[in-house]
Amino acid sequence: MQAGAKLGFILLISPLVLWLGLLIVIPHVDMFLVSIRERIGVGQYQTSFANYMAFFGEPLYIITFIRTAMMSILATVITLLIGFPVAFYIAKIAKGRLQSALFLLCLVPFWVSELVRTFGWMILLRETGLISKFLQWSGLADQPVEMLYNDVAIMIGLVYTSMLFMVVPLITTMESLDDSVIEAGYDLGGNGASVLREIIIPHAMPGIVSGSIVVFMLSLGNYLTPTMLGGKDSLWFTELIYSQFIVRFNWELGAAFGFMLLFLSSVIVWGTLKLTGQTLKSTMG
Amino acid sequence: MTTKKTRAALFLSAASFAALGLAGAASADTLRLLTWGGYAPEDVVAMFEEETGHSVEVTLSNNEEMIAKLRATAGGGFDLAQPSQDRIAGPQEEFGIYKPMDLSMLDESQFIASMLEATKANTTVGGDIYGVPHVWGTSALVVNTAAAPMVKDYTDLCSPDVAGKVTYRLKRPTLIGFAYAMGLDPFAAYGDEAAYQEILDAVEAKLIECKAGVKTYWSGGDELLNLMRSGETVASMAWDTGGWKLNAENADITTVAPAAGALGWIDTFVLPAKGQADQAAYDWINFVMKPEVAAMITDAVGNFTASAGADELVNDELKARFQNTFPPEAVDNIKWYPPVPAGLEVLEGATLDRVQAAG
Repeated sequence: MQAGAKLGFILLISPLVLWLGLLIVIPHVDMFLVSIRERIGVGQYQTSFANYMAFFGEPLYIITFIRTAMMSILATVITLLIGFPVAFYIAKIAKGRLQSALFLLCLVPFWVSELVRTFGWMILLRETGLISKFLQWSGLADQPVEMLYNDVAIMIGLVYTSMLFMVVPLITTMESLDDSVIEAGYDLGGNGASVLREIIIPHAMPGIVSGSIVVFMLSLGNYLTPTMLGGKDSLWFTELIYSQFIVRFNWELGAAFGFMLLFLSSVIVWGTLKLTGQTLKSTMG
Repeated sequence: MTTKKTRAALFLSAASFAALGLAGAASADTLRLLTWGGYAPEDVVAMFEEETGHSVEVTLSNNEEMIAKLRATAGGGFDLAQPSQDRIAGPQEEFGIYKPMDLSMLDESQFIASMLEATKANTTVGGDIYGVPHVWGTSALVVNTAAAPMVKDYTDLCSPDVAGKVTYRLKRPTLIGFAYAMGLDPFAAYGDEAAYQEILDAVEAKLIECKAGVKTYWSGGDELLNLMRSGETVASMAWDTGGWKLNAENADITTVAPAAGALGWIDTFVLPAKGQADQAAYDWINFVMKPEVAAMITDAVGNFTASAGADELVNDELKARFQNTFPPEAVDNIKWYPPVPAGLEVLEGATLDRVQAAG
């Protein structure tokens, strides 16, 4: 009996172990080994931390990282601000078929690939695009308006891409909030703002935290949206990694960048959890 | 007794199947071709499969991705690749991703002799020849001549007359083109890192100065065509074929040979180090270098090939566009890329990053 349980445990755990080991741990170990190699001549390498020094030695790389992190945080905040009322409406106010229909509407954009969605935004925002044409037709603008190739366009793309990942966890946590608790809040003399502050937000906190982490990580690691919608100044950190690997043949520096991204984004998530007094444990329930 | 017989029969049939399989593999292979868009048009692939019995799997890519892909597998996964001739010697020395070409397997008389010799010389590493030429073309200016008639050279893209309506790539051809237009000679400085860095610094300053007038840095061919077609940009640095393609739709837009000289590239055939179908690869090269097949490829991609006699068979419109852009003296002025020494990309990369980050 004991042996049977053990075998069952091993069988159940092995897909997870294989998945983590083969697809995450081993590639990362290999990547780390590449990142501590320094090219000293044609086909010759030595072990050193020169690539990490290069990251800290060149202000461009640090500035690009900070810019990417800041914009990802901003995208997370905007997604939360838009997603929260949407999730509240779907979870608490909409009923029955309307509820499922609205939820489905949130899902629909994700039936097409990110590439197609981004192209859609390009068609809307470009100088000869739909919005620009409409503004000229309605007389609000007297010449073509360029809305593509800037940071605002990137922000729109990021928020649009990550909306679902914020709305779903929020709906799940808010659905578990008993309506009578909200009613009790009003009965005890609360108004809309205080009910939101004292009851709804604390209850939805696990959803907010997990949604924010996912959105932040997705934005930080996004490659397609910033590259396609961004302009001539909009360098995203993942673009740096791509160009080191592919364009410059400099895998060593690219691997070091990859590790810095992993490390720094973990630090940011950990720091934000600490600052807001949350723990991963309470988030995951 | 019966079991033994059955077993023997089974073994025999298995062996004969294996033998059949082997024999089949020797005569008809799958050619895994790593190439550029348009270099293996479907009709050409179908003709080749019909004629030789080989089957072809085409993967589309560009120079950098080809090298990165082959580097990741130490030269495996593909049987024939088509990087530019200047990007063979450096990566070969550094990563050893190709194998020498056996020229006795090729019909050298199908190639334009001067181009074949130049490519051989540029792709020789340690006495072995690694590449033979296929398609060639240039990086030049694509200009809407009605809206921006003053754009005659790379640096004219910085002119205030076209500010806000200019696009180019943030890649190495831009660095080289601007350097020539500024009166520098980057190819002569290839071997001297310090001198090359000086040129890069001068170009970096120029590109940062020009940045305000650039609408966006294009990254894909379709993006460029859209920008020029819609009139959102009127002048750009791009591949010559882009301008000719647009010329067919709008007579005002065409490719202009820059005063400092267009930058000439030759895409080649090379064998990846771990390629498994060399025979099929040689068959493919011999097949596509036939003048009539080469002309089909030129019609598909817009660039001419190193196949001797093929340009006779190319359609007249394309020939006229080519001659319009490149009168004989402009052809003589083309700056052909010499082999890029290993490690140069890192210097250029740092420059390009700084230009992109400068605000």
